[in-house]
Amino acid sequence: MALNNEIIQSQLEAKFAEQVTSFSTDSGILSFESPASLNLKVIQFLYDELGFTFLTDLCGVNYPENEGGELVVVYHLHNFVENIRCRYSVAVPVQQPDVFTATKIFEAANWMERETYDFFGINFVGHPNLKRILNVDEMDYFPMRKEFPLEDQTRIDKDDEMFGRG
Amino acid sequence: MRPVRFNIHPKEAEIADAISMAPAPDGIGGDGFFATQLSSVVGLARKNSLWPLPFATSCCGIEFMATMASHYDLSRFGSERVGFSPRQCDLLMVMGTIAKKMAPVLRQVYLQMAEPRWVIAVGACASSGGIFDTYSVLQGIDQVIPVDVYVPGCPPRPEAIIDGFMKIQDLVGQESIRRRNSDQYKDLLNSYGIQ
Repeated sequence: MALNNEIIQSQLEAKFAEQVTSFSTDSGILSFESPASLNLKVIQFLYDELGFTFLTDLCGVNYPENEGGELVVVYHLHNFVENIRCRYSVAVPVQQPDVFTATKIFEAANWMERETYDFFGINFVGHPNLKRILNVDEMDYFPMRKEFPLEDQTRIDKDDEMFGRG
Repeated sequence: MRPVRFNIHPKEAEIADAISMAPAPDGIGGDGFFATQLSSVVGLARKNSLWPLPFATSCCGIEFMATMASHYDLSRFGSERVGFSPRQCDLLMVMGTIAKKMAPVLRQVYLQMAEPRWVIAVGACASSGGIFDTYSVLQGIDQVIPVDVYVPGCPPRPEAIIDGFMKIQDLVGQESIRRRNSDQYKDLLNSYGIQ
């Protein structure tokens, strides 16, 4: 029987009960959330039982207004056999952004988690080499967090009108 | 009638048309001698034989390629040879966006050049960061190395690059041969942390 979003949802609910929440479907892709502490269990379950053996993407999102879950890590998973995708996210507070690393399950998560650390400062617990990958090593902030404005505010010789600061 | 018409009134080749001579500096001349300042002669020689080192990272580099090619022909200004070793070159031409990760590389290239050396920042990105007002882009190469001439434009046309090059030639031609030993110049380099 072909796998579909309803089966994925019912299997997850059977396994994790109330822990996996916020099921929704966007562009035909099932999305769901769980507490950050469960992320490896959920991914392992998706890998072993539902055949999601490919990590398409791993990225961060910053929702500053979402108290207690300002930083979100999103996993995009793909089941090649059934050709079906799903989107799984965990939210962590910005004060302590600890998420367990997925590198034990997916080798591909290594650089993606380094990138997410680089731009959002999410601390992937257990990552073998968690350091900046794209930005300069001396950078002392996480540039994709919304608390940091896009522009270099120290510049005074640029025309503010041209950069939306007028 | 022949299908191809030949020029039946060919122009006599005039050697003076084909060679452009740099004007002689001020001095005293006579039969078989010419006396002038050493710095004028050195400046004349330097300005008409600059070896550019292109450091091209984006679209301004494409404009520079047009500048080098036959239509605009930068070699008319004495820079026939574009060097690709910083140790041989006099003029560092920085053309394009310099990311902050590229800044130490650019600085090292500058440090590898021998004195006297000049720098031209071509285009908005090299001069000020341009439209890339963001965390990853160096906001002007003058944050890491001293710059002699800035060429505006996004990207500048080859004419603008040639104009900037001629401004460099003016600087080179008028430079005192003692300038590189002056305290002012040392202070400038020290302000960039270069000894």
